[in-house]
Amino acid sequence: MPVITYREAVTQALTEALDSDERVFIMGEDVGGYGGSYAVTKGMLAKYGPKRIRETPIAESVFVGAGAGAAMAGLKPVVEIMTINFSILAMDQIVNHAAKVRYMSGGQLSSGVIMRTVTGGGAGLAATHSQSLEPWYAHVPGIWVVTPATPYDALGLLREAFTKDDPVLFSEHALIYRLRGEVPEEHYTVPFGQAAISRRGSDVTLVAYSRMVHVALDAAQMLANQGVEAEVIDLRTLRPLDMETVFQSVRKTNRVAVVEEAWRTGGFAAEIASQIQEACFDYLDGPVARIGGEDVPQPYAINLERATIPDAKKVVNELAKVIGLKVTA
Amino acid sequence: MANGKKAGSQKTAARVTKAEGLELYRIMKQIRVFEEASASQYMRGRIRGFLHLYIGEEAIAAGAIPLLAKQDYITTHYRDHGHALARGMSPNAAMAELFGRATGSSKGKGGSMHLIDANIGMMGGYAIVGGQLPLGVGLALANNYKGNDSIVLTFLGDGALSEGEFHEAMNLAAIWKLPIIFFCENNLYGMGAPVSEVFAVKDIYKIAEPYGIPSLQVDGMDVLAVRDAMRDVVRHVRQGNGPYFVEALAYRFRGHSMADPNEYRNKAEEEFWKQRDPITSFRAYLVNELGVAEADIDALDQEVDAEIEAAVKFAEESPEPDLSELHTDITA
Repeated sequence: MPVITYREAVTQALTEALDSDERVFIMGEDVGGYGGSYAVTKGMLAKYGPKRIRETPIAESVFVGAGAGAAMAGLKPVVEIMTINFSILAMDQIVNHAAKVRYMSGGQLSSGVIMRTVTGGGAGLAATHSQSLEPWYAHVPGIWVVTPATPYDALGLLREAFTKDDPVLFSEHALIYRLRGEVPEEHYTVPFGQAAISRRGSDVTLVAYSRMVHVALDAAQMLANQGVEAEVIDLRTLRPLDMETVFQSVRKTNRVAVVEEAWRTGGFAAEIASQIQEACFDYLDGPVARIGGEDVPQPYAINLERATIPDAKKVVNELAKVIGLKVTA
Repeated sequence: MANGKKAGSQKTAARVTKAEGLELYRIMKQIRVFEEASASQYMRGRIRGFLHLYIGEEAIAAGAIPLLAKQDYITTHYRDHGHALARGMSPNAAMAELFGRATGSSKGKGGSMHLIDANIGMMGGYAIVGGQLPLGVGLALANNYKGNDSIVLTFLGDGALSEGEFHEAMNLAAIWKLPIIFFCENNLYGMGAPVSEVFAVKDIYKIAEPYGIPSLQVDGMDVLAVRDAMRDVVRHVRQGNGPYFVEALAYRFRGHSMADPNEYRNKAEEEFWKQRDPITSFRAYLVNELGVAEADIDALDQEVDAEIEAAVKFAEESPEPDLSELHTDITA
């Protein structure tokens, strides 16, 4: 099987769509000559021209809204919001408009705009450029929220996004663009709302999404060294949310922790934990642990920054502290 | 076309035929009677939420919208009943939507502020000030991308001028030369705030100039002035010359919404504008300038009254949406 990077996976899905569907075009800040802030659209302007690779002003609200409007007219725009932090400037168009138009038109209109964006901290960019805001969007009915953790999923989920008639927030994690992984040569897609079991185990369940899947996998390795077998579940999409896969795992392991990079207070782990206790209360041997980002704006200094983002050590420590697993980091 | 000109200063002869004049009158009258019926039903508790009436501003919708072609799009703000009706939404569907009934234009899910009829390019009623502007730009981009000659007419109130989305939308439309008309209905107040106190640009139509967007100001109480000005504007935009900005000076005769006690405007000002009622004055024009018989206009009035009465009855008798509709029209 070919091995490609996470970045190449995103680029490949975009290229396939541009090649196969005239309705597809890309617009955003620096998607043209610059090649995309994270180099995902590199070379596309030369290949597809300025009609389909559209450089926009630094004006998130109008280019996201224009994407939403063009999608209402039957086109398939991909807007690149340079980072999820800047999506806040387009919040009105995303939440009040793109997400609502199908429902409030009684099904007459829909807006299948794909909003690619880059999430996460850990790159020394400090408070305003290091946030993980996917849970905000997952709160809103009417938007698909997609959080791939691997090249396989980035390709399969983005292909799937092109089949949707409602807005998709496609959240790529900044720190895993160089992550390599196998993808089949034959065409495949990854359906929304289907979690993946990234590692099988019977002693404890770790639920994660985006880059935290890799942190959970690292923690699982540390646990395995101490004789504890963790099952790691990658949610892959937050909306729709596949809780059945989580429940099945919890009913087997009886212990569960949710790991995310977003702030712990009001984070998406709270939603997962709540659903787990509703559905699996009698199966639980301990509280559902939530391991999230520290409740602070992300600091710049590297030691402080590292302390805000969950790592494998923190996961193991929390399992000991909250669930009482006899493990040490 | 000159930048920032005032339109409607020179009168042209035979600006409309009798039939056209009667049609413009019918549209304005239909909106007026629809709005009066809405207000009355609101007072009776049959219409919920906010109800923003278009009374006083009918000449804008009637003067501008019939000039659009079938495939053109409209996006607008929450004071949208007049735009929807002028575009051809059935009064039955509109009234039923206000009543929250299954037969409404959005099956009762959108309400007064979100009148949408995709079949006639009425792409909505959007209730966040300025929110309809990026969507309008996107629809115009779609026309441009598809290479057709369809255009977008996007209405905004004077309140939206201060929103960032307005300036973002003007800029993008200008640099991409998109086929969109930004039509500012300046009724002098953004809810209760006088536009002169909250917006730095005094001659509003000149806001387009730094964007390189041609613009004009027109008397929004004069249906023919609006129509004359818009005929040129529509042609200009349809020919691929990029966006246009129109400011129409108008006045709403009622409060911002039915919830507004309307205490911030003085009576003399209200009286001044009411003397310029677009329907009364156009009726006089029809009779005096076009020689339409009073009896013909009376007959038209009766027709419209009956139509709106029937719309209220239709809405009253329509069922509420089935509870199963709660979870339809949503996939994500």
